Amino acid sequence: MGLEVGIAAVKALVVVLITLQLTVLLLWVERKGSALIQNRIGANRANIFGVMPFNTGLVNTLMADPLKMFTKEDFVPEGADRLLHFLAPFLSVFPILVTFACVPFGDELRVGGMTISLQVADLNVGILYILAVASMAVYGVVLAGWASNNRWALLGGIRGSAQMISYELAMGLALVSMVMTFGTLDLQTMARAQGSGLGSFLGFGKPVLDWLPAWGIFYQPFAFLLFFTAGIAESKRIPFDLPESESELISGYYTEYSGGKQAAFMFSDFAEIVLVSALVVTMFFGGWQIPFLGREGFAFPWGGRLPLPHLVIVVGQVVAFLAKVFFFCWLQILIRWTLPRFRYDQLMRLGWKMLLPLALANVVLTSVVILLAQ
Amino acid sequence: MTMALGEVIFFVVAAIAILSALAVILHPHPVYSALALIVTLLQVAVLFLLLDAQMVAFLQILVYTGAIMVLFLFVIMLLNLEREQEPPPLSWRLGMLTLGGLLASELGWFFLRRIPPSLARTAKLDADYGSVTALARTLFTDHALSFQITSILLLVAVVGAVVLAKRGTE
Repeated sequence: MGLEVGIAAVKALVVVLITLQLTVLLLWVERKGSALIQNRIGANRANIFGVMPFNTGLVNTLMADPLKMFTKEDFVPEGADRLLHFLAPFLSVFPILVTFACVPFGDELRVGGMTISLQVADLNVGILYILAVASMAVYGVVLAGWASNNRWALLGGIRGSAQMISYELAMGLALVSMVMTFGTLDLQTMARAQGSGLGSFLGFGKPVLDWLPAWGIFYQPFAFLLFFTAGIAESKRIPFDLPESESELISGYYTEYSGGKQAAFMFSDFAEIVLVSALVVTMFFGGWQIPFLGREGFAFPWGGRLPLPHLVIVVGQVVAFLAKVFFFCWLQILIRWTLPRFRYDQLMRLGWKMLLPLALANVVLTSVVILLAQ
Repeated sequence: MTMALGEVIFFVVAAIAILSALAVILHPHPVYSALALIVTLLQVAVLFLLLDAQMVAFLQILVYTGAIMVLFLFVIMLLNLEREQEPPPLSWRLGMLTLGGLLASELGWFFLRRIPPSLARTAKLDADYGSVTALARTLFTDHALSFQITSILLLVAVVGAVVLAKRGTE
């Protein structure tokens, strides 16, 4: 009992720390990446006293920036609702961090007769849990906008709530088709189901199409596009950053925030990027699976075998998961620095008149195919 | 006598739920009332979790706190409702008190009749009790008709709302 609680606590801590590290790392990637895209140099004034032999921009972003943010003045505007103004950043960060509890970052680790599942909480309603908890993040935005006693902030908060509700629908429906395909709401079961060859998964028999892994993207490409689009909209970044669009609303819902609390809002945006990437990877790109790598080692469809020790496999899978997540984080940053911002009516039209009907059509199509295949 | 962890959680959650429910009706500011209602709904979700009904618990959070209450807050902020300046007239308060008392006594009578005085604690649950599969099986076999009627009702409500909204703009 005590040992189990201890292991669970360690897993939770590891997941939170990985998320925090990835998030801060993304801040640096965003700065350097945007500089790369816009043909600038980017964050380069980070040499400590001029004695370091190389440019320490990464160290600067990882340590100096948070330190600066949290030692700045914490400003509360006059006439603001002090309690809600204080609570809003926490309400925005907390739900996103908690959702990672259901994301599997590896298969099972067997140490000395014990089997440790590399997932913090094994819920049979995993996807529902993530949707439910992530939907709570909207309160941070709404309350920040309202409590600031600032019209731009209020507009940002109202825009944010309308946008997040609209895109949650398309996101949920895209997930419904994935749930129907895998027949489960549990993310770990989904990740395991993507371990076989594509042909075996679809029931074509071994030889056909087994050269491809059974990743979700191959049989639900539309769901991937819908989910990824809705996910970017949920993380409120360009091209969907209407709640904070700086050319119209100063900074939108967090106009009246400074220092650590403003950092908390930025942090939750980046954490949402990581969350969307983790979900995309788990459902559409095999999660922690490495193609052809089973529990004993590599087994290639063309007949080769390469047995590997258990620990190497587990570490390899965790690294593969993180690498895939990082790739999709980078893709989102690339999109953010490539596309211009939507107009508000375009945003609503995309959500309600395009994504929602397409997601519904995908659900109907999936159910017809499943019915015919039975 | 030691209490099980589940009971401790139950009493804490129930206390928070009742306090926040009281805050919903007693707080003069509509935004705080809505927030208190969100807290109440979250506590109810935890109560569902304690009853091993994971699916219902997370649906409760997803639908009520994640969507409906966001719309509540949205409307309150859009209309820019402020703190109530003066309490409503006495006749109004008395009328509401009578109605509320009637409803409460009806509910109390119903629950006292339905629920046996001491719940059987040792009753064994099925392994998949409260899971998605079990819920879906009941919903789509025993209650298929009521499920369909509910969805048609919701559809009618949606169409009705759209018609009403359209009429205002023309």
